[in-house]
Amino acid sequence: MSLSLIALVIVALAGVAFFAARVRAASFDGGDLATRTAGDRPHSRPVYHGAFVALATAIPALLLLAAFSFVEPRLLDAGVIASLPAGDQPKSQIDRDAVIGEVKGLASGDLADAFNPASKAAVPAYQANKTRLQTEALVGSVLLAVGGAAWAYTRLAPKFRARNRVERIVMAVLILASLIAVLTTFGIVFSLLFESLRFFKMVSPFEFLFGLQWSPQTAIRADQAGSSGAFGAVPLFWGTLFIGAIIAMIVAIPLGLMSAIWLTQYAPPRLRSVLKPVLEVLAGVPTVVYGFFAALTVAPALRDFAVAVGIPGASSESALAAGLVMGVMIIPFVSSMADDSMAAVPQAMRDGSLAMGATASETITKVLVPAALPGIVGGVLLAVSRAIGETMIVVMAAGLAANMTANPFASVTTVTTQIVTLLTGDQEFDSSKTLSAFALGLVLFVVTLILNIIALRVVKKYREAYE
Amino acid sequence: MASIASPAAAHEHAVKAPTDWSDPAMTRRIRRRYAAETRFRAFGFVAVAASVLFLAFLLVNMLINGIPGFLRTEIRLAIPVSADKLHLTADQLKGPNKEAALSAADFSGVVTAAAVTRFGDTGAQFVSDTGWTSLRAAVTADPTLIGRTVTMWVPAAGNLDLVAKGKAASADEAGFKSAYARLQHDGLVRTNFNGNFLQAADSSDPVSVGIWGAFKGSMLTMFVTLILSFPVGVLSALYLEEYAPRNRWTDMIEVSINNLAAVPSIIFGLLGLAVFLGTFDLPRSAPIVGGLTLALMTMPVIVIAGRNAIKAVAPSIRDAALGIGASPVQVVFQHVLPLALPGILTGTIIGMARALGETAPLLLIGMRAFVGAPPSGLTQPATVLPMQVYLWSNEVNRSFVEKTSAAIIVLLLFLLLMNGIAIYLRNRFERRW
Repeated sequence: MSLSLIALVIVALAGVAFFAARVRAASFDGGDLATRTAGDRPHSRPVYHGAFVALATAIPALLLLAAFSFVEPRLLDAGVIASLPAGDQPKSQIDRDAVIGEVKGLASGDLADAFNPASKAAVPAYQANKTRLQTEALVGSVLLAVGGAAWAYTRLAPKFRARNRVERIVMAVLILASLIAVLTTFGIVFSLLFESLRFFKMVSPFEFLFGLQWSPQTAIRADQAGSSGAFGAVPLFWGTLFIGAIIAMIVAIPLGLMSAIWLTQYAPPRLRSVLKPVLEVLAGVPTVVYGFFAALTVAPALRDFAVAVGIPGASSESALAAGLVMGVMIIPFVSSMADDSMAAVPQAMRDGSLAMGATASETITKVLVPAALPGIVGGVLLAVSRAIGETMIVVMAAGLAANMTANPFASVTTVTTQIVTLLTGDQEFDSSKTLSAFALGLVLFVVTLILNIIALRVVKKYREAYE
Repeated sequence: MASIASPAAAHEHAVKAPTDWSDPAMTRRIRRRYAAETRFRAFGFVAVAASVLFLAFLLVNMLINGIPGFLRTEIRLAIPVSADKLHLTADQLKGPNKEAALSAADFSGVVTAAAVTRFGDTGAQFVSDTGWTSLRAAVTADPTLIGRTVTMWVPAAGNLDLVAKGKAASADEAGFKSAYARLQHDGLVRTNFNGNFLQAADSSDPVSVGIWGAFKGSMLTMFVTLILSFPVGVLSALYLEEYAPRNRWTDMIEVSINNLAAVPSIIFGLLGLAVFLGTFDLPRSAPIVGGLTLALMTMPVIVIAGRNAIKAVAPSIRDAALGIGASPVQVVFQHVLPLALPGILTGTIIGMARALGETAPLLLIGMRAFVGAPPSGLTQPATVLPMQVYLWSNEVNRSFVEKTSAAIIVLLLFLLLMNGIAIYLRNRFERRW
């Protein structure tokens, strides 16, 4: 019987326990309605008694099962190795994994025949072991469930505070749920730090952060050219900034800001209620669609243009194509941030300017935008942080050549492109090439985090100024 | 303003001379200011129009490229299905070893032979490499066909398909033009709705690829994401908004959630790679790992939307419930949560829509493998819709361009549906106090 089936049995037991306890508690009424007093009334309603017994049935048994599901594979693997005769014992970890994999494949019927005759011999022992362990899990968890149910059931009494017990468990679940976010943050930080530290044991952090040469190929032969691999990430940082913080922002800031101004200050209300959601669709289109569009339509057009005009170094994977499309994707983001911060400017300031005889555009450029500037800057910083972390557009439309060029028609590469390139494809998990992706990830994480913190500070501080 | 009298004069008379609006300098000035106003306004309009036009261009481009992807060209072929050529008899199909007999049968050879007989030596190039699967399907459905001559439509080769759709560009493809014209003259070719595209999984032959495998993978992944992120997100939103005391722990939780919502998605892929694949040794390319990774990404979105929805529930509801003796847990679960649920669901659907379109983290946990059959479980290798778009966009064969755009249309339709439901929920159930 598999573990998920056992879990279903436990849940069914808990269901039975719930109804039994509820029926029992329903008989606790304090006697005749006409004669009973407040003191006779049971403390909790029957449903809480039911829930209490059901939780006492299910929680310990399910915890046992969870622990067991963690231990079971290890016990099984050890059992397989122990059942092999002394002469067939695997010598290395790889042999061990191979034998275990074969035994499992044979047992589940995925493999028709084994390469290693010893693993075929180990199959009956493996299956017997598995059956035994699962029977033990079934017996153990059912016993625990029945025990929990019996303990809880004997505690039921009219004065038993079942509701308080149940509510305490509910609160514990709530706190556990909210801790998952903290756990995820720690998971991210520690996994990035751990792998990056392993990388920095091979390559010095100084070389990584300030080196100008990026060629992470690992050599197949020792005498191959460039076999040492160079991990100077400055060209990647430049490419990322060039596409995400310069080209994309040149598109997104004016268009986003002007869209926000026109939609909030000039557009007729009916037109605005149509155009605003349309603009937001731009942010909802999956990035892979933008990437495909940039690579298939925008990039060839730009290359043809550059060739026709005679710009040297034109590439079909130009920084401009990726940056332009990314800028369009960011427009609704900039626009909604600008919208929010302009809406927060007190009406009196606007009215004052208009009453002095300024035109609408003078009010906007000389009063509204300067007053909303911190909010707009914060929004732009958030937009930059989103642009430099954006992956699919640059993976599909930007190149892989780590160039340090300011020519927008040439090919540059970015941090996210390199992470994807380094981690897709076959390679061993602890080569410096693979680990360098985690170091790049760490830099990306830290930079976006700092940008976000600064942006939120700026926005918050400025909001307070007007409140 | 120049026309205002100098400060000294104003001081002397205490009354300012009236502005001379008809002064030529003044009218020029006003005209200039109004022109600037018009320009500014036009610039704003152009900005909005540029964004809208870009969106329209993007969508129209995808539609024009993608609609032919739902069509395929077929040629009419009379295929003599003889038992000895096919190495298959009707009895074998009724016997217990049906699968083995089917896989040993030479459908491909029979179809190729029929094409060569009908169209000459180059005829074999007219039929798709996987065109024989339609004969196999027909024979499996009706074993009595064996021994007869079957006249049926089989999928045409990719090059013929390109010619039929007017997209032949290279010399190699254009070479099929005369063949296509001849076939058309004989009424032996048609371009029809490609049902296979909605039923099959990935394939190396663009003629027989389908979206169903990726669609099913997306559904499985989204299922895992939903059952993990929705309860956790709602429960943490309830805790933070209703119960959490103001202390350092709560601040840490809040900062974590706000940061997670802003972390680039590829970082979650690195986390999934290092933790789920590296430490826990879960299977690569499986919907369960993809779902877990996307759940971590979606959870903060649900928490933030949930908190806003919970905040919007009128405090008087809580006070009233507390006043008639409900416990704090009863207040939240019996009154606040039901009232906040439409808002929470709206936020959840928007978060799920984002997860559905997400590609980067899934690239890193190996969901980019070629998967030729729809996944049958949470631990089977699978791919998802946006990943299928990415994989097909990398194919060199030009026939894949229309398939990629067609997959994008399916993806966008699905996102449209999800957002539509979210908007409906918001308008239908959200209450304001």
